[in-house]
Amino acid sequence: MWRFIGFRVLQSIPVLLVVITVTFFLVRIAPGGPFSSEKAVIPEVKAALEAKYRLNLPMFEQYTAYLGDLAQGDLGPSFKYPGRTVNELIAAGFPVTAELGFYALLVAISIGGIAGVIAALRPNTAQDYIPMSVAMIGICVPSLLMGPILILVFGIYLEWLPVSGWGDMPGDKILPAITLGSTYAAYIARLSRAGMLEVMSQDYIRTARAKGLPEWRVVTGHALRGGMIPVVAFLGPAFAGLLSGSFVVETIFQIPGLGRFYVQAAFNRDYTMILGATVFLATLIVVFNLLSDILAAWMNPRLRSQYGDR
Amino acid sequence: MNTTTITDIAQAEQGTSLWRDAWLRLRRNRLAVFGLAVLLLFVIIAILTPWIAPYGYAQQQLAIGATPPSAAHWLGTDIYGRDLLTQIMYGGRISLAVGFIATAVALLIGITWGAVAGYVGGKVDAVMMRLVDILYALPFMIFIVLLMVVFGRNMLLLFLAIGAVEWLTMARIMRSQVQSLRQQEFVEAAISLGLSPTTIIFRHLVPNALGPIIVYTTLTIPSVMLLEAFLSFLGLGVQPPQTSWGLLISYGAETMEEYPWLLLYPGLALILTLFSLNFLGDGLRDALDVRSAKD
Amino acid sequence: MRWTCAAQRTDTVLKVENLSVSFVTRMGTTQAVDDISFTVETGKITAIIGESGSGKSVACYSLLGLIPQPPGRIDGGRALFHGQDLLQLKPAELRKIRGRDIAMIFQDPMTCLNPYMTVGKQLMEPLLYHKNVSVAQARTRALELLEEVGIRDPASTIDNYPHQFSGGMRQRVMIAMALINEPELLIADEPTTALDVTIQAQILKLLAELQTKRDIGVLFISHDLAVVADIADQIVVMQQGRIVETGNRDDIFRNAKHPYTQKLLHAIPRGGKPVELPASEPLVTVRNLCTWFHSGKTPVKAVDDVSFDILRGEVLGLVGESGSGKSTIGRSLLRLVKVTSGKVHFDGIDVTALQGRELKNLRRRMQFIFQDPFASLNPRRTVYDTLAEPLLLHGLETRATVGAHVLKLMDDVGLARAFVRKYPHEFSGGQRQRIAIGRALATRPEFVVADEPVSALDVTIQAQILELMRELGREYGLTMLFISHDLSVVRQLADRIIVLNRGSVVEQARTEDLFERPQQAYTQQLLQSIPGRGLFGEL
Repeated sequence: MWRFIGFRVLQSIPVLLVVITVTFFLVRIAPGGPFSSEKAVIPEVKAALEAKYRLNLPMFEQYTAYLGDLAQGDLGPSFKYPGRTVNELIAAGFPVTAELGFYALLVAISIGGIAGVIAALRPNTAQDYIPMSVAMIGICVPSLLMGPILILVFGIYLEWLPVSGWGDMPGDKILPAITLGSTYAAYIARLSRAGMLEVMSQDYIRTARAKGLPEWRVVTGHALRGGMIPVVAFLGPAFAGLLSGSFVVETIFQIPGLGRFYVQAAFNRDYTMILGATVFLATLIVVFNLLSDILAAWMNPRLRSQYGDR
Repeated sequence: MNTTTITDIAQAEQGTSLWRDAWLRLRRNRLAVFGLAVLLLFVIIAILTPWIAPYGYAQQQLAIGATPPSAAHWLGTDIYGRDLLTQIMYGGRISLAVGFIATAVALLIGITWGAVAGYVGGKVDAVMMRLVDILYALPFMIFIVLLMVVFGRNMLLLFLAIGAVEWLTMARIMRSQVQSLRQQEFVEAAISLGLSPTTIIFRHLVPNALGPIIVYTTLTIPSVMLLEAFLSFLGLGVQPPQTSWGLLISYGAETMEEYPWLLLYPGLALILTLFSLNFLGDGLRDALDVRSAKD
Repeated sequence: MRWTCAAQRTDTVLKVENLSVSFVTRMGTTQAVDDISFTVETGKITAIIGESGSGKSVACYSLLGLIPQPPGRIDGGRALFHGQDLLQLKPAELRKIRGRDIAMIFQDPMTCLNPYMTVGKQLMEPLLYHKNVSVAQARTRALELLEEVGIRDPASTIDNYPHQFSGGMRQRVMIAMALINEPELLIADEPTTALDVTIQAQILKLLAELQTKRDIGVLFISHDLAVVADIADQIVVMQQGRIVETGNRDDIFRNAKHPYTQKLLHAIPRGGKPVELPASEPLVTVRNLCTWFHSGKTPVKAVDDVSFDILRGEVLGLVGESGSGKSTIGRSLLRLVKVTSGKVHFDGIDVTALQGRELKNLRRRMQFIFQDPFASLNPRRTVYDTLAEPLLLHGLETRATVGAHVLKLMDDVGLARAFVRKYPHEFSGGQRQRIAIGRALATRPEFVVADEPVSALDVTIQAQILELMRELGREYGLTMLFISHDLSVVRQLADRIIVLNRGSVVEQARTEDLFERPQQAYTQQLLQSIPGRGLFGEL
């Protein structure tokens, strides 16, 4: 198992390096200089600014210097907000996004997981069709539609919940979390249904029944673990999806999170911010992929011992 | 069954091929047939749009502004007095085109990559699939946003970028198909008959790998269309004067309180297409008996 | 009962009367079990014999409420277990009996244990659930039982996961699990079918011992009369949902009344073919053949330094258990796997060195018949396509003339000509194997490798296919390498036999010599493991 983890961690390093390098050079070769919007900057000021952002150095030296900064956790200053560093901007936005993502994941796992298991227990009955039809709706109504629809229904017509903001009014976190989580709840429902159906048809489930165990113990004791492995393996990609999904949801609900900053930075051509945020998000995604893979492997004793744990 | 001795092949009763079997099964699945019908309808409309659209694409009637659905404008008009049905028809052209073209790009790269890796095997396979693993771990969504920012909102780039993201799963599916088929005894039988590798690939491997590819293609199109809608919604995808369903939804969401139909109808168009594709994909998966579309 | 001594205790532990089970699906209703009655006595083994689709498993599973309902439906009958009708019990009441008073063992020990749970936990589960014992007590009991079923060093293996056990060991764990609550009735569903023949013999012996020691009733389900020949007291023969014959062991084996039972008995391979070994020169010579597979650091030596000859016109049997390398040898001869070292000559031609056109020409002369008729035919091509392909490829026929040849092949392998444009999935296993044989013989090869050609088939079908191969072998003047795990099947066809173990030749002899005077310990062990050997020795 440790070998597996070590191997996967080592594998992540080149991934991150590729992300950093590609992002860095993409941003550098982007058309339009960082200050082209401000007209006629005094040459001395421009020189000072270029020195601050190291634009006076050759490209490769900029790159190595940036890597050096990164190693110390420094993402550099922002182009657009000269007084602030990218670290500060991320520190301001990320906790909000993290909280939103956490609630959304909670919605996705709890609703999706339960719906999937319930559907799998009685396949091809109403108990299966109803949750799976709802899941189909979750997949086919993307967050960019789900958000406005929820706002229209629960915010504007029924006036039950606030339509925007984050932490300003009671209940304003509910709609964004549902909007962001609904698609993944649907995917998880389908995955856990498929996983459970697969496991429930295995011979060892029949063995468990032949022991006289009641059905709930067959499901919780014998089926759940194997059935949930695909779901656990999906958590990594789901996390990546949640982060990018937060771009849309934070825009719809006007939530001051990292996603919204990122989109704004994209429009403002705040290159250092884009670069820093991309590196930050990529690292996060890679780490989560790693965790979900390790967890899924750990849940399977065959894989666990294959890498020499015992 | 015919018991008299037959002296010519043509006299024998034709058997039911697996394709025919699958078609019969698919036809019984009402949702899948519905999906197929809606999809065909939308594609035909999209192709014919320039001739059948009720109004000109850029035709504004600032005087009437936003009006709810009426006899003159079946789905109403937007704040510039443009006919919404016309907008949705033109937007559908782009949205569907992105869906089909980007999927085609993904298919082309994925199938070639996976087939080569699976057929050659050994070290080549290990290197090729490790690369896929690495690319899988990349945060592609963020990357596409980045590309769009850096290179401007270019349609061609959008196709390529989305296609470049979606080929990975296709490659994995193709590889596992080729690998498992290669170990099938009927392929060994073909080898022991002395058939050439090309004949084996086209006569024995490809027809048997087609099922999962068809199913996965059907399920890739909706996810590509979603990606486009997502980018356009953020203002990073299709740019005016062109339009797409994602962009229309984004405009509709801004004014939904006053003019809800501007959100409703483009949304419905997108949802209906996504439902159709997913129903068809699920139906095909059952009909072609594809166990799992992933891995 | 009529066949037991008066002194013996004869308690009926299970009495099934007029049981009928059907499956209701959209396609209609199928009668899986049709009005069957049988009994199981304490301390005795009742065997239910039948081929696939005979309803034997459905009957037993329905007793314990283990068939899904719907689509399953119990139409009627009684199943008295200590006077209590199992079929009338509520699911919760039945659960109390299941695993406590009636336990089960299943066919495939590889899939019947939960891979995500340690063996110890699974073993203790029935005890903890049904009896009021502490975890420590349950563990002690589990250790005792593991010891009793022959698991070495239970204390250190009890916390292992199933994948760390071999197939035979897993089946021992299954048996321990079934016995942990000291049930009165044990239902064993094909418990040895998935195992190698020597392991099968061990498990059968263990089951018989434990059953005698505990004096419990056993209901033993099998497709193979030979397997139960040594252990069963009472035999019930089923065909298509009905019981065609019931009797004690000697009745069934010595004077079976029903034609189907006779057919089953007849299908049990026994005796050899008449000796007619023509002295001839070798067609195939194999020298120092090594085929290794590279996975990980150490190569897997599937075939390790094997040498033998195959004489023109003979059938050479290649026998070994799983992992013996017998299939790999067959594939090596035909260049279906890459040979690591050594030489294979066919009619003086070095097979290992051929390339391109020469290899293709050679392939016309040597063919392969595969084990699994469901995998060896391309599901998307008709029988016509499959049979015509080799003829056209090697230029033996043109498009215009190939039809007649294909029809002749259909006749040769005993398939109706009318089926020629059907697809493989429209045929049964036996018919598919006939198609595969037709394909292999289409080019009129001189040499055929048949890799377990009958082991995926029902016993009566097995006998038919073996007969077909014997006939065609004679008609086509074939030299054959016949690969099988089953010595008694090989005995029917082979002139000489090579016994393999772990990639090396153990013994090589003429068939009757090998059966009568085995020289090596491993061969002797294999021979002793042949099921039903004791009984057929007498017959």
